[in-house]
Amino acid sequence: MNRMQIAHISDIDVKGSRTFTLGETEVALFRLSDGSIHAVENRCPHKGGKLSEGMVCGTTVHCPLHDWKIELRSGRVQEPDEGCVNTFATEIDEHSGSIYITLPSLAAR
Amino acid sequence: MRENNQPIKKLVLAGNGMAGVRMLEHLLKLAPQAYEITIFGAEPHPNYNRILLSSVLAGGADMNDIIINQLDWYTDNAITLHTGDPVVQIDPTARRVISSKGITAEYDELILATGSSAFIPPLPGSDKDGVIGFRDIRDCETMMETARTHQKAAVIGGGLLGLEAARGLLNLGMDVTVIHINEHLMDRQLDRPAGLMLQQELEAQGMKFLLSKRTVELTGKRRVQGLRFTDGTSLEADLVVMAVGIRPNIQLAQSAGLKIGRGILVDDYMRTNVPGISAVGECAEHRGIGYGLVAPLYEQGTVLAKRLAGVETLPYEGSVTSTKLKVSGVDVFSAGEFQDTPDTRSLRIQDDIDGIYKKLVMRDGRLIGAVLFGDTSDGASLFSLIKSGESVKGREKELLTGQPAVGAAAVSPLQRLESMPDDEIVCGCNGVSKAAIGDAVQNKDCNTMKSLKACTKASASCGGCAPLVEGLLQLYAGDNAGAAVKEGICGCTSLDRDEVVSEIQRMGLKTVREVMHVLDWAEPEGCSKCRPALNYYLGMLWPGEYEDEKESRFTNERYHANIQKDGTYSVVPRIYGGVTSPADLMKIAAVAEKYNVPLVKFTGGQRLDLLGIQKEDLPKIWEELDMPSGHAYGKTLRTVKTCVGDTFCRFGTKDAMGMGIRLEKAFERMDTPAKVKLAVSGCPRNCAESGIKDVGIVALDGAWELYVGGNGGVKIRAGELLCTVKTEDEVMEWTSAFLQYYRESARWNERTAAWIERVGLDSIKEKLADTDTRQALVSRIEETLSYTTDPWKKIIEDDSLRKNFEDLSGAAALSGSSPARH
Repeated sequence: MNRMQIAHISDIDVKGSRTFTLGETEVALFRLSDGSIHAVENRCPHKGGKLSEGMVCGTTVHCPLHDWKIELRSGRVQEPDEGCVNTFATEIDEHSGSIYITLPSLAAR
Repeated sequence: MRENNQPIKKLVLAGNGMAGVRMLEHLLKLAPQAYEITIFGAEPHPNYNRILLSSVLAGGADMNDIIINQLDWYTDNAITLHTGDPVVQIDPTARRVISSKGITAEYDELILATGSSAFIPPLPGSDKDGVIGFRDIRDCETMMETARTHQKAAVIGGGLLGLEAARGLLNLGMDVTVIHINEHLMDRQLDRPAGLMLQQELEAQGMKFLLSKRTVELTGKRRVQGLRFTDGTSLEADLVVMAVGIRPNIQLAQSAGLKIGRGILVDDYMRTNVPGISAVGECAEHRGIGYGLVAPLYEQGTVLAKRLAGVETLPYEGSVTSTKLKVSGVDVFSAGEFQDTPDTRSLRIQDDIDGIYKKLVMRDGRLIGAVLFGDTSDGASLFSLIKSGESVKGREKELLTGQPAVGAAAVSPLQRLESMPDDEIVCGCNGVSKAAIGDAVQNKDCNTMKSLKACTKASASCGGCAPLVEGLLQLYAGDNAGAAVKEGICGCTSLDRDEVVSEIQRMGLKTVREVMHVLDWAEPEGCSKCRPALNYYLGMLWPGEYEDEKESRFTNERYHANIQKDGTYSVVPRIYGGVTSPADLMKIAAVAEKYNVPLVKFTGGQRLDLLGIQKEDLPKIWEELDMPSGHAYGKTLRTVKTCVGDTFCRFGTKDAMGMGIRLEKAFERMDTPAKVKLAVSGCPRNCAESGIKDVGIVALDGAWELYVGGNGGVKIRAGELLCTVKTEDEVMEWTSAFLQYYRESARWNERTAAWIERVGLDSIKEKLADTDTRQALVSRIEETLSYTTDPWKKIIEDDSLRKNFEDLSGAAALSGSSPARH
């Protein structure tokens, strides 16, 4: 299990998103109103829109290009559309406010 | 308590009922900060609609439905409310009241609105259990409880109140007999034929009557068991409801030494004889009359509220009243003097087949009274004729039949509504005129009964005028009335735009979250349709106060640039009126070169677009350009297209560029329901394409023409002429007023073209024709504009905003190299 520090909680606005790249993959990190942090691949399965630029409503984000709606915890595209995006596990250190991303095996990537 | 050295005066309201609280609502509108308010009420409830108690009994409404002012209303208005705790003592010298629980409150103004109680005649046995009045929620509860365990009910009094109580008891499954002292029912409101028709109808519903009967005694032990009458007959009853009249609650006033008649004596400004003490409502007696219907009480309240607010007011000179019976499913209307006397002449129609009766009473060519049974649709118009006292000579028969004299065509209900004079009162309870309803529908975006009710209070009290109000809604709103009801603004709510906006206004909601919470949104954080819409409505309604939520805006408006299909952005700096300079062009060229901008293009709006820019470069480019944002990305003013006008053109009649630049500088950055494009052409050849702009201005020799609602997009639409004015200042004034009216009444994401198609140009012209209205619109848009700032500059200067344009720090180090491990 690999864990690496990505950001501080104050880097991301509530209902906002920031991005970082992991190898070839751009990842969008979202901060929801309930304080939780979710990381998904920053690419809508429809036409590749940047989800980080979308509007966050509850636990979903609306893609800015064609309004596809993606559930951020599961990565599932919501009806009536279909599909899913890769998700990444995150952790927040309550004391320091640091955000970590955990990957099964970074080396494997 | 002091604020600005101005002592806030203390106002105490004794009585938490309809008359007093309605007066306060009015006062709070006129002078929101003038008083520190305390209310004492005997009942353990917030203010409720006493008129609808019969609906509670009838089962059509529950307690919550009839509450007018929820507890929140008191909190929101900083009113201290003591329920279940009436004022029991007044010290007029010290200006202090004491409540039953011993609370002391000082006052500068004391308002007595203690209402009335059921008059319980002093009959032997009237103190037994099971003998009640019909005045408050407790009485209703007693009736409902009794109905569960007992069978027989008697109602003493065949007037309005008694019949409503009887109908309620019938609904509760009781066997009901109404005892009335006179020969026919509702003799205070109806003549004999109408009274008899009413009796027949109610008998058919299962109500029993004992007329011309006088009760002498209520029999039974602890609980009532029956009634005995003067003629020796008797009746069994487990419940006796006394509905023979009301008695003003005057004990408190009396003990404080106020002058009392039947009620507390007041002058034409609702003042009692003691300084600092006023009275309003059923407890008051004005020029010898104590009123028990809601409309006069509200009229008194209006006068009192104005006086307390220090606003000029006409004196209260008494009310002509009208009555409607609602709950029994029988339509009865009565107003004015309805009995024949030697100096009156009357006209009647009686139709026993359809159960319709109509009587008009005339004196000296004027209508002085009317009784309607079965069909009361003319009630409001007859009532307004009675009140106006105008001559109806020659029209008497037309009034009776509802048909114009021989030869003319029959009148449809719609035509009748159309021909109704503007000042005619439609809702008698709340004094709402036809004009006020028209105004609410046309200018305040009310296109449902709900929003109309919230806005004007029409049909919000007894509900008797609801069909009329609905008719007027159809008349004014046309097709928009029905359609808007079914469709919410998005899947998260069933409320439409107008309902949402009026609720925000009515309840003073100030954040998106609050709106969704209070209005029961299905999704707690809404969706991509409602969030930006609410963000717009809130900003429009509360300029200066509302803090814009960038999270509720689309990508383009959040990053102040247009997102392109590949995730890059475009930058369009402001070029006022399409007039640029070598210096600006050189800045743009330098930036384009430095950042390798892939495409530089002229837009259709006479400016330059830099396309293909990476997000993280945006703030840097803005900084280096040092030009204002062109807002090419938002629901706001885009461009003002101009021709060269008389500056160079041989056909030009006026300075089109100057006018365009002035407009663009005035309205840039303004949030609008959808994007807005303007143009100014220097002559009718219209090189700036003024005919297809939201506001297109065409200069003529000696005048400016303003065309509105044009669109050159998806659906091409030619602008329509709004007005022709003489000066540049007038162009500014009319454009401001038009844009603000659009801002206030269009749906979010509705272009002016669609909006005008929906509401009609005439309604806009009519609205803007009035100078005061126009000025008010202008000052509202000016206020809104005064709060705007350049978004690019704001982002450049604020790191917390700027960070969102950058990849997370350290991310560059992570990519491709081995990340730090923990």
